[in-house]
Amino acid sequence: MNYQPSGHDFVVENPEAKTFFVNREVFVSDEVFEREKRAIFDRCWVYVGHASELKSPGDFKTRPVAGRPIIFCRDREGTVRALINCCRHRGALVCREREGNARQFYCMYHGWTYHPDGSLKSVPGEDAYGAPLDRDEMGLVPVPRLESYRDFYFANFDRDAVDLESYLAAAKDYIDIVVDQSPSGKMQIISGTQEYDIRANWKLLVENSVDDYHLISTHSTWLNYMRNSGVNVTPPKGELLPTRGFGRDLGNGHLTTDNPNYRGRPVAKWISVYGEDAKADIDAMRNELVQRLGAARAARVADTNRNLAIFPNLVINDGSSVTVRHFYPMAPDRMHVTAWALGPVEETEAQRARRLHAFLTFYGPGGFATPDDVAALEAAQLGFAAWREVPWSDLSRGMAKASDQQLATDEGHLRVFWRKWSEMMEARS
Amino acid sequence: MNEMRTATVSRAEVEDLLYHEADLLDSWRLDDWLDLLTDDATYYVPPNDKPDADARYTLFTIADDIVRLRERVVRLKDPNCHAEFPPSRTRRMIGNVRVTGVDGEVISAAANFIIHRFRYNDLDRVFVGHYRYKLKRQGGRLKIAERRAILDEQQLGLLGSVSFIL
Repeated sequence: MNYQPSGHDFVVENPEAKTFFVNREVFVSDEVFEREKRAIFDRCWVYVGHASELKSPGDFKTRPVAGRPIIFCRDREGTVRALINCCRHRGALVCREREGNARQFYCMYHGWTYHPDGSLKSVPGEDAYGAPLDRDEMGLVPVPRLESYRDFYFANFDRDAVDLESYLAAAKDYIDIVVDQSPSGKMQIISGTQEYDIRANWKLLVENSVDDYHLISTHSTWLNYMRNSGVNVTPPKGELLPTRGFGRDLGNGHLTTDNPNYRGRPVAKWISVYGEDAKADIDAMRNELVQRLGAARAARVADTNRNLAIFPNLVINDGSSVTVRHFYPMAPDRMHVTAWALGPVEETEAQRARRLHAFLTFYGPGGFATPDDVAALEAAQLGFAAWREVPWSDLSRGMAKASDQQLATDEGHLRVFWRKWSEMMEARS
Repeated sequence: MNEMRTATVSRAEVEDLLYHEADLLDSWRLDDWLDLLTDDATYYVPPNDKPDADARYTLFTIADDIVRLRERVVRLKDPNCHAEFPPSRTRRMIGNVRVTGVDGEVISAAANFIIHRFRYNDLDRVFVGHYRYKLKRQGGRLKIAERRAILDEQQLGLLGSVSFIL
């Protein structure tokens, strides 16, 4: 039985008419919101964090993952864990700090303590239970599945899910391109977290993150800044920016833009914004890439950029800097966004400063572009109040073309997301 | 180097500058506001989880040198700055103004702020925090060499974007 609470399909694809429509009820409905939590977020691999955030044994970060309070930590033996932050006794959070280094997690309610590997450490007045409690059995509950790819850790609340690498499918190749920026293959999350809410449905940010069609209308002030800084941002006549960029289907609902770079890359494509002083340094980074990877792969890493969306809610923007950004719905019309900057561990102070400067020009709540994306998404959400009268969002761009000719300014890659979303929402749970 | 002077300043003079600045920003007289800054001024909004961090090593919310700060003003005056068009109405309450130190020509000052921000079709949002200023006297005028707006919220959350100048 299809999931059709209103008696109609949410995603309607018509290959003959070359149209693809999404019903706007999916952005406003409480029922859809509740079903997404179970049918999507509890069955997909969802991003938890990056190994570099936990440098030493005992290091921890607390954060919500798929709506649960999670302690992402490294135990005394160095193993990365994702433990549910909920005391086995009466349920209180056992760690109420954002981050730190812990010898133990202490529940302030009745004083139960847990080791950083989750096992139970001590219980005040344990003799009241008769026999001693089982230290492992009564430990903090780990997420059902925790796996990593190239230091990116994901959890799955479905014990029977496929393994992470199978799930990531061709998205792995694009993560590899990101990680290849580092000579040692080690990237790190840079200190400083951008956390903000958008008063819009979470799926709009998936679309927006990979939608290059909106660049000129939504981000003209950023393009002006680039132009004022001496960067050529004028596409050839009759074309949109980014010129001849593609949208790609990576399998399992993952998708990416795959664009020739025009906006500069800290690794390793110079633009005037970086200043003349940076030229030699960028050249040296480029040489390192060529030496290590060969000319073709070096060009792939340095001269192309990509906004990679890993289903359902992780986006890695490898553009004028690298962002790792994930988001989770708080309500049908509200999402919480967490974003970090990612960079090679080897970066010098000057290289790191250049990366962060490039990041802030475009991305984030104080950037020259992201606030306008937020405004666009919130404007769309306000429009959806009329979903009954104006029910369909149109994602038909490119339907008239072959699947391998979908530009990043088309909507073929957005359709990849919607097909997977629809499939999972309709599946028997 | 006996010409090297140590700056002197009264709290009243710093208060006058900060109150004037608040008025210019609330009035969106952004070019006049730029005139309060030195030619190498910087503007920082640290990330909410690392309020004391250094922008060279940490991802900030905003870390503008004077070049990008002037470009920020260009952007804010453009009707295509969608996050601030039409411009937000803001009202700043500046308090607890203190001169916190003098080092050669650099005067350090601090103040608390509450900024209410109102937009059509939007929530009323309240930004609470404190400023740390570095001021210099140039051509007889007290000017802003560095301004750091440090938010108290644990995360931006429903404050959303920092698309206007804090």
